[in-house]
Amino acid sequence: MLFLIRIYYGGVLMKKNTGIIDRLLLFTLIPSFFIALYLIFIWSPVERIMGASQKIFYFHVGSAWVAFLAFGVVGYYSVRVLIKPRLQHHINAGISAEIGVLFTTITLITGMIWGKSSWNTWWTWEPRLATTLILWFIYVAYLFVRKMDGSTDKIARLSAVFGIIGVINVPIVFMAIRWWNTKLHPVVFGEGKNQSGGGIEPDMLVALLFSIFTITVLYAFLMRKGIEIEKMRHIVKKAKSKAIEKLAG
Amino acid sequence: MLELRKMTKMLGDKLVLRNITLSLEKGEVLAVIGPNGAGKSTFFKCTVGLLQPTSGEILLDGKLVKKNTAEIKQRIGFLGHESFLYNNLSPLENLKFYGKLYKVKDLDSKANALLKEVGLYLFRDMPIRSFSRGMMQRLAISRVLLPDPDILMLDEPHTGLDQEAVALLNQIIKKKRDSGTSILIISHDFEQVHALADRAAVLKKGKIVSTKLLGEEVSLAEMKTWYESEVKSS
Amino acid sequence: MILILKDAWTIASKDLSNEIKTKQTIGMMVIFSSLVVLIFSFAFDPTNNMVKAVIPGLVWLITVFSGILGLNRSFLSEHENDALTGLRSAPIDPSSIYLGKVLANFILVTAVQIVSIPVLFLLFDYRFFGKVSWFILVVIIGTLGFIIVGTFLAALSANAKNSEMLLPVLLLPLLSPLLIAGVQATRIILENEVIADASSWIRLMAAYDLLFLAACFFLFEFIMEGS
Repeated sequence: MLFLIRIYYGGVLMKKNTGIIDRLLLFTLIPSFFIALYLIFIWSPVERIMGASQKIFYFHVGSAWVAFLAFGVVGYYSVRVLIKPRLQHHINAGISAEIGVLFTTITLITGMIWGKSSWNTWWTWEPRLATTLILWFIYVAYLFVRKMDGSTDKIARLSAVFGIIGVINVPIVFMAIRWWNTKLHPVVFGEGKNQSGGGIEPDMLVALLFSIFTITVLYAFLMRKGIEIEKMRHIVKKAKSKAIEKLAG
Repeated sequence: MLELRKMTKMLGDKLVLRNITLSLEKGEVLAVIGPNGAGKSTFFKCTVGLLQPTSGEILLDGKLVKKNTAEIKQRIGFLGHESFLYNNLSPLENLKFYGKLYKVKDLDSKANALLKEVGLYLFRDMPIRSFSRGMMQRLAISRVLLPDPDILMLDEPHTGLDQEAVALLNQIIKKKRDSGTSILIISHDFEQVHALADRAAVLKKGKIVSTKLLGEEVSLAEMKTWYESEVKSS
Repeated sequence: MILILKDAWTIASKDLSNEIKTKQTIGMMVIFSSLVVLIFSFAFDPTNNMVKAVIPGLVWLITVFSGILGLNRSFLSEHENDALTGLRSAPIDPSSIYLGKVLANFILVTAVQIVSIPVLFLLFDYRFFGKVSWFILVVIIGTLGFIIVGTFLAALSANAKNSEMLLPVLLLPLLSPLLIAGVQATRIILENEVIADASSWIRLMAAYDLLFLAACFFLFEFIMEGS
């Protein structure tokens, strides 16, 4: 909800404050968006077995890619915060986390819809999906750490530490769940994401790669807007506390 | 003995300490006074190593000290607002614990001797949960003195003490000063500052705006007027 | 390095001797874990043989739930009289505070397990056929990992006002690989299946322990730094 509000204000402020990179991103994003939709719904072939509902796969993989990319970015800026505590890095990490949790949620929901329509189950412990679920919880935990009481300095440091521990954890979670699955139910995830017999149809691959590209551009765009808004929030906060100090004498 | 050069500290976006340069001689009592929010506690914490200064150097006996090493912590006794003691343990247990961390030799005999000095020997085996504020402070003082530090840093040590404890504290400060320990005191209590300090420094908005030698010639009133004028001017 | 271990031991023995005197935390943890077993007896029918399959999981559940109680308090005790600042201004490496707390917490949780796991087996009438020595090995390695990450996050969340609520939220997602591996290894050992399968899980747990011991040891000073 908070994020949707941010997007709205981002749109409102867009007219005045767009730097060249933002313009570039937007001009790439809007056409890509339409091209992607075209590729997904019209151009790419309809899957034999699942039919049109297979198309959710494109949104699912793209979101999953960004979900994990965003967390990597959180880890990157967390390291930078610890090396040299600058507010900018802290802001970047936080915005990436907010976007990341959004895309993680989308990944989970599209994954569940995909699962229901292809295997008729709402949930499966397939390693990538389960890792995404745990990633969601780690994201939420990270955001809770950021909401702590305390000075910005301290919160930046503590959340950076947690971000790093979280990022280290994710690959291990994936490995553990994958082993768990192979030992418990040695199932070959046949008609699933990219694991059908021989590989994916070249046309579908094109649509897939382009969707991933589009969603990544969307991520970059949202990052920049979010960071801008957060920076302004900080400026307002500072001005406010200065004014209060002056008034209190 | 202790020298701070151009120490600055940024907390968030606020510059709390600006270019602090200060030196402390052996056997000198230096009082740091200033209005609230001037950065006195921050200054202390940066010196002890509880906070990392953003820039600046600390020299101990003329040698550059690497930030946050054990060396400087070994030689500084820090008395803060809280007592840093464990309520479940007895005075002797508290002292023995800190003694081990500070690698104090002859820990047993030293601890007992200190307890006698501050008048807590009788209670040495009682959990300190039941102690009064004055007794706690006396134990805190003995904790600070246990490793025989070269430098004592006392953050408003007279607050909340009764007459006896104040007298005891001042006696200890004077004794340590005479035996060569350097002492830094943050205080709001001008009488105590005037009675104890050899020098006073005014810290205002993160800067040392002035230092003044306090000898016998400087009366309490003079000191007060000096302080007020330093604080008013910007 | 030896100095760090010595200081860690000093800190750990202070906590442990404190605990031996008051027996507060450990008493609470034993009672709580026994209650958890009791509640699970209501949730799952203990006489039903199928339920025995849940036992390996329950071993870890009671460890984690009662362990979190103890972890919450491990840094809270340093808050009275701001003793943590006293520790930080002492000439010790901040990581020795971490190691000392890990050691103390580990001994505490293991002591509780010595009581609670037999209680679990008792109430569920569980007879196991596996080798006890392997079982103990798995429990130790798993508990170690739990305490390594748990102590670290306890220090982190002690900075928050709602620290007792924050700790489980931070800890449980990060424990997932450990819990998965631990439950699987425990199951294999208790049901006396092929030990070789268990050993690969145990290796994953050991790798987890070492990785996070190193990461937490290194990152701990960043938690300590500051006001």
